[in-house]
Amino acid sequence: MSTTYLIKNVSVLGGEPTDLLLRDGVVADAADAPADAETIDATGLIALPGLVDLHTHLREPGREDAETVETGTRAAALGGFTAVHAMANTEPVADTAGVVEQVWRLGREAGYCDVYPVGAVTVGLEGERLAELGAMADSAARVRVFSDDGKCVSDAVLMRRALEYVKAFDGVVAQHAQEPRLTEGAQMNEGELSGRLGLAGWPAVAEEAIIARDVLLAQHVGSRLHVCHLSTAGSVDIVRWAKAKGVDVTAEACPHHLLLTDELAATYDPIYKVNPPLRSAADVEAVKAGLADGTIDIVATDHAPHPHEDKDCEWAAAAFGMLGLETALSIVQQTMVDTGLLDWAGVAERMSYAPARIGRVSDQHGRPVEVGEPANVVLYDPGATRTVDPAESASLSRNTPYRGMELPGRVVATFLRGRATVLDGKLQ
Amino acid sequence: MKRHLLSAGDLSRDDAELILTTAAELRELADRPIKKLPALRGRTVVNLFFEDSTRTRISFEAAAKRLSADVINFAAKGSSLSKGESLKDTALTLEAMGADAVVVRHGASGAPHRLANSGWVRSSVVNAGDGTHEHPTQALLDAFTMTRHLSGGKPTLEGRRIAIVGDVLHSRVARSNALLLHTLGAEVTLVAPPTLLPVGVDSWPVETSYDLDAVIPKADAVMMLRVQRERMHGGFFPTAREYSRRYGLDGRRMATLQDHTIVMHPGPMVRGMEITADVADSERSVIVEQVTNGVAVRMAVLYLLLGGSEPAVGGEE
Amino acid sequence: MPAHPDTDARVVLDAGDIQRALTRISHEILERNKGADDLVLLGIPSRGVPLAHRIAERIASVEGYAVPVGSLDVTMYRDDLRLKPARALLPTEIPPGGVDGKVVVLVDDVLFSGRTIRAALDALNDIGRPQAVRLAVLVDRGHRELPIRADFVGKNLPTSLVERVKVTLDGIDDLDAVTIQGVPA
Repeated sequence: MSTTYLIKNVSVLGGEPTDLLLRDGVVADAADAPADAETIDATGLIALPGLVDLHTHLREPGREDAETVETGTRAAALGGFTAVHAMANTEPVADTAGVVEQVWRLGREAGYCDVYPVGAVTVGLEGERLAELGAMADSAARVRVFSDDGKCVSDAVLMRRALEYVKAFDGVVAQHAQEPRLTEGAQMNEGELSGRLGLAGWPAVAEEAIIARDVLLAQHVGSRLHVCHLSTAGSVDIVRWAKAKGVDVTAEACPHHLLLTDELAATYDPIYKVNPPLRSAADVEAVKAGLADGTIDIVATDHAPHPHEDKDCEWAAAAFGMLGLETALSIVQQTMVDTGLLDWAGVAERMSYAPARIGRVSDQHGRPVEVGEPANVVLYDPGATRTVDPAESASLSRNTPYRGMELPGRVVATFLRGRATVLDGKLQ
Repeated sequence: MKRHLLSAGDLSRDDAELILTTAAELRELADRPIKKLPALRGRTVVNLFFEDSTRTRISFEAAAKRLSADVINFAAKGSSLSKGESLKDTALTLEAMGADAVVVRHGASGAPHRLANSGWVRSSVVNAGDGTHEHPTQALLDAFTMTRHLSGGKPTLEGRRIAIVGDVLHSRVARSNALLLHTLGAEVTLVAPPTLLPVGVDSWPVETSYDLDAVIPKADAVMMLRVQRERMHGGFFPTAREYSRRYGLDGRRMATLQDHTIVMHPGPMVRGMEITADVADSERSVIVEQVTNGVAVRMAVLYLLLGGSEPAVGGEE
Repeated sequence: MPAHPDTDARVVLDAGDIQRALTRISHEILERNKGADDLVLLGIPSRGVPLAHRIAERIASVEGYAVPVGSLDVTMYRDDLRLKPARALLPTEIPPGGVDGKVVVLVDDVLFSGRTIRAALDALNDIGRPQAVRLAVLVDRGHRELPIRADFVGKNLPTSLVERVKVTLDGIDDLDAVTIQGVPA
């Protein structure tokens, strides 16, 4: 039998303190607590539904020097996640039932959180012909999210076909919106700073043009579309317009796009190199506003581990991407909650309920913390502060842009179906 | 000065003037029987070149040797971008050799910043051209050449009008010159087709123009930038012929210059493309003198960075 | 003793004393050299340079002949170059005839440890091969650290090591004077 936890005086979504009982994988009535239940004093802590990340790079198979399913999900659990969607840009690419089932199985074996593989839209992410989307959907991994993330499905016809095809199994195409010709060799946000630093620019229009095209395509074929890591003010406007028109579009923002700006590129330290790039302060404000008003549906980490040597080099030679799982909730607290833009119910919506709905995993995840629901719960101390030390990360990689920063909040405990994956801030 | 010379923007007006007056003293050395000074005896200067640039490398080598430094040339062909030895490993090797200064040329913008600020080496780092970012010693030698012709050798370009013409977008020379010439009081105008001006150039301390004929009659110096062959195929302009017609300096345009106006080019030139042979070889052309001045300016930079217990004047980083 | 603008500084040579000392040095140089032929005066910047020019003026007024005058910067030859932040260079101007085969008179304001003169001899060595090198100084304050002596001295000024000798010259400074400043109380 698994341990039964009695969580005392916890504030669910920031509400009045109450007691929760986690028993047999579900949330139960605290009045029924058995005498031998393990009691956790949660005074001052808030309870959130287990977080769901729609955008995680676990690197396995192929780049086990950067991350494995096990290490990535350990980091996820420490960040309060109970489910992650593992992106398809592995080696080999997750473009067949075989690869997605392997990743799914590795996740089950590791046991730190549920791993839902994302399937590639096109074979080998080459953007030329559709991968076997149906086979992946029908596999044990039950893939519902398809993405060539890292690359854009730039061919308009191919994108249209993908949007149409996944309707057969209620799938969604998650687009990495990057017009390839406008971003050849791109290194950072295109603007005054890129011109000064002599780094090839990644213009906002390269993202916005694809999003604009894709929302029109989605409208035309009546499919649902998900926009990955939206990063510009213009993109927020386009998604807002599309939603007003009734297009079935959802969008995600990454924690780093809520906090960091392109000014950091002036250090030439590739720890700040990410795709899409860090944008201007005005873009950051627009993304925060879009996340607050619901134009942007979710926060997704785009957790992208890279080994030290891929970042300890000159900017142009470095890999794109930064860690995100263990810091996401703190960044959201700092940028959205502490600023009054979101309350904790809003955080639960954007980091748990909505991503679970988009990924079609709402039977297990993204459920309210209520009696009878699956006991996927995170206990979070918003009053704590911590200084980010990359060496403490559970990830195999160390490429966090927040090193040395003092961030609010701390994940105290994470429960996956009633089993503690994290207790007292430590992996179990 | 700071401990490194990474950007022309790092130089205050005092720093820039000190380098130019020091270069003026050191240029006299070229006329003496013994072209050598003892200031850097026992110091080691490494020329770390990830890109071929014989002229810049030779210029730094001559400068260091005339100051009695030991010079090590390290041609690191095939940077980490092409899966060769990484910048970091190369840097650690140089550190082990006891380099006091590393003069670095690299195809990646910001590589000298990484070398200077990542803790890999303790030596001073001098940027000898990085990607499409900067080339501060080229700007210093250009400014030095201008002051000799336009300001009677005084280290100022106050009120002087300088036109920089051509592929500004990809030019590290243009970036460094825009910053340095502004610092020295000059009024800089960048002249290029709109496709070859960087985004955000309106925030630079310069004017811009698409019309060469409107700008050059008022200029005191006209600097022609090299147009790299590969840009012609990038769709930045339709044809070489059209480029030459709109932005090339030929005899007809040269006739519209003021009498005292000088013509400059950082080299290597594409004769017939951005500059015609008769202009390059005319009396206005100071292109050969730029080379001589390059050694004096680089001597000044190396001396002021390495000559004392710490770099001359200015604040610490 | 007359008061000087600086606190507790006492004037050891006033403007008139300096004029007379330079006149005497000029005559001694001519006497020693048996005329002005082949003479080249090189002042050591900064204050050695105007002194060299003043000596040249006096020689010209006596001999009716303009002795070549120049300056010789010793900054890069100093043995304490590495001990202080990099210093700006001062002008080196070698007269058109050069120094080969000439009698070079180095001119400086104060002779103290001798290290500046040692540096000047090294600098001169890189410029040419004079027939002879002589040294003229306005003040010799003693405390030599190297086997160097002056051939022409305006005034021998015994000092303590903690005292400071300061030369001011019209043209660079406000007025001609040599002062000694004691230890601050």
